[in-house]
Amino acid sequence: MKAQSRLFFYLLLTPFFLWLLLLVILPHIDMLGIALREQTAPRQYAFSFSNFSEFFKEPLYWRTFLRTAIMSIVATALTLLIAFPVSYYIAKMLRGRSKSLLFLLCLIPFWVSELVRTYGWMILLRETGVISNALQWLGLVSGPVELLYNDAAIMVGLVYTSMLFMVVPLVTVLESLSDDIIEASYDLGGNMWTTMKNIVIPHAMPGIVSGCIIVFMMTLGNYLTPNLLGGKDSLWFTEQIYTQFITRFNWELGSAFGILLLLLSSLIVWLGLKLTKQTLTSTMAS
Amino acid sequence: MTSTLIDLETRHVNKHYGDFTAVNNVSLKIEKGSFFSILGPSGCGKTTLLRMIAGFDEPDSGDILIQGDSMLGVPPNKRPANMVFQHLALFPMMSVAENVAYGLKQRKVQAAEITKRVNNALESVDLGDSGNKRISQLSGGQKQRIAIARCLVLEPKLLLLDEPLGALDLKLREHMKVELKQMQSRVGTTFIYITHDQSEALVMSNNIAVMNKGSFEQVGSPSDLYYHPETAFTAGFVGDANQWQASVSHIENGVCTAKVSDGLTLTGHINPNDALQTGDLVDVFVRPEAIKIIADHTSQNDQQSNQVDCIVIDLLFNGANSTALLKETISNKELHVALPQTGEYSGLQKGQTITIAWNPEQTHCFKVVS
Repeated sequence: MKAQSRLFFYLLLTPFFLWLLLLVILPHIDMLGIALREQTAPRQYAFSFSNFSEFFKEPLYWRTFLRTAIMSIVATALTLLIAFPVSYYIAKMLRGRSKSLLFLLCLIPFWVSELVRTYGWMILLRETGVISNALQWLGLVSGPVELLYNDAAIMVGLVYTSMLFMVVPLVTVLESLSDDIIEASYDLGGNMWTTMKNIVIPHAMPGIVSGCIIVFMMTLGNYLTPNLLGGKDSLWFTEQIYTQFITRFNWELGSAFGILLLLLSSLIVWLGLKLTKQTLTSTMAS
Repeated sequence: MTSTLIDLETRHVNKHYGDFTAVNNVSLKIEKGSFFSILGPSGCGKTTLLRMIAGFDEPDSGDILIQGDSMLGVPPNKRPANMVFQHLALFPMMSVAENVAYGLKQRKVQAAEITKRVNNALESVDLGDSGNKRISQLSGGQKQRIAIARCLVLEPKLLLLDEPLGALDLKLREHMKVELKQMQSRVGTTFIYITHDQSEALVMSNNIAVMNKGSFEQVGSPSDLYYHPETAFTAGFVGDANQWQASVSHIENGVCTAKVSDGLTLTGHINPNDALQTGDLVDVFVRPEAIKIIADHTSQNDQQSNQVDCIVIDLLFNGANSTALLKETISNKELHVALPQTGEYSGLQKGQTITIAWNPEQTHCFKVVS
């Protein structure tokens, strides 16, 4: 009986282990191997750190790297700032039908692919686009304005794309906060701000952190949105990786970049957890 | 009569939710330093009333005054009333001491003063050494005491309690009843306690308002409500009661004789508020402990003029609260009769036919309002 249940347990775990081994561990080990070699002659490779030193020697690479990290952090913070009131409204102010309706509205943009959504933004923002035309029609500007291909456009696209992934954990965690507790805070003399600061945000912390981790990782690893909305100037690190692998056919450098991006996201997530005194387990449980 | 301070007054308070009337024209005055309970079945509007006093809901009409000041438009954080929530609503993200300190911090009291008052408050509920504990480390009774200490540390004029004992197990609940009553008389703060549990209200309160369908049925001391109920609802809701419906055949000196069915007439006190006439339908109430079991059929007693024969269906042993379940032989009505554990009735058997009798003084008749 016991042996049988143990067998069952391992059978259930098998797909998970296969996924972990084949799709996560093996590719990364291989990528690390490629990153740590240098071509000395045709089909001749030697162990070397040259790909990593290349990264630090070329300012374009590490500047893009830093820029991507900072832009991603800003995008995450913006997403949180916008998503928190929305989530609070959905979770705490609304009841019944209007609640599920609004939640559904947050979901609707995700019925189409990210590509289509991004093209939607391009239709709005481009020189001949809706906003430019509207501004001209209103007489606010004399000629067409180009709103695409700048950092603000990238930011708008990134925040829009990430919204749902912040709203879902926040709504979940805020719904678990009993109304009594909020009322008790008011009853004891708290106002809106002190209640937010002392009660709601500490309670929502696991949700905030898990939402931020998801959004940050998605943004950092995003390729499509910065590329389409930022154009040639977008300078997103994933584009560098793409260039190395596809255009330059330099798999060694591309792999090194991939490893560096993995290290970067792990480092920032770790820092974020340390700063907010959360653990990965507690945030993922929320 | 000396003028007493009124801590809370409500004047013709109404609250509607759509077509539903939650609170209907409630007026009350609560004296300073009293323990006042609002007793009613769930859905009777007592929670709505309490939430309006606390400031979480605004009445549609009427006024609420705390020590003479109108509270209309005053938000909950500005009212001199604090609430102990049904599920206590302690802040799990804070330690015990931080919970108690929360209200003082909101008032910007100096840190040293906060520490002092928090320690005093914790001492006063015998939890002086629990300040650093997490809320989850406390037992049910301790949480209860912290929830009260968290309010009392603010020295409110009113302490509102929303069925806070509901979640406790029976033993602890019995214990907390006594403790709450003693705490109230020690601190002297006016307590307003809402509950659906009559024994909580009867044990703790100076005064009780019985609430039903949004309005007050009767306000009075626990013994008043118990011995002199003014409405059929109060008679049925407060304490246990056996109930018949009968039609009045004779009225004399505030006492009526009413016929339940052929061969069964009961005599009882008429509620002074009812203008009763011969032929009216009345609800007749008698408490289980007012009924005496007479073993001997023949011993007629003028005092105990209500007398019926019953068959013992079952004996429900419950220590001091043991009762006998009887079936009255004429109307087939099931009755509960208290069974004092004095050994006198130890010979009672299932299926036995006995005679029971009770005094018209302890029988209450209320006109049936159709």
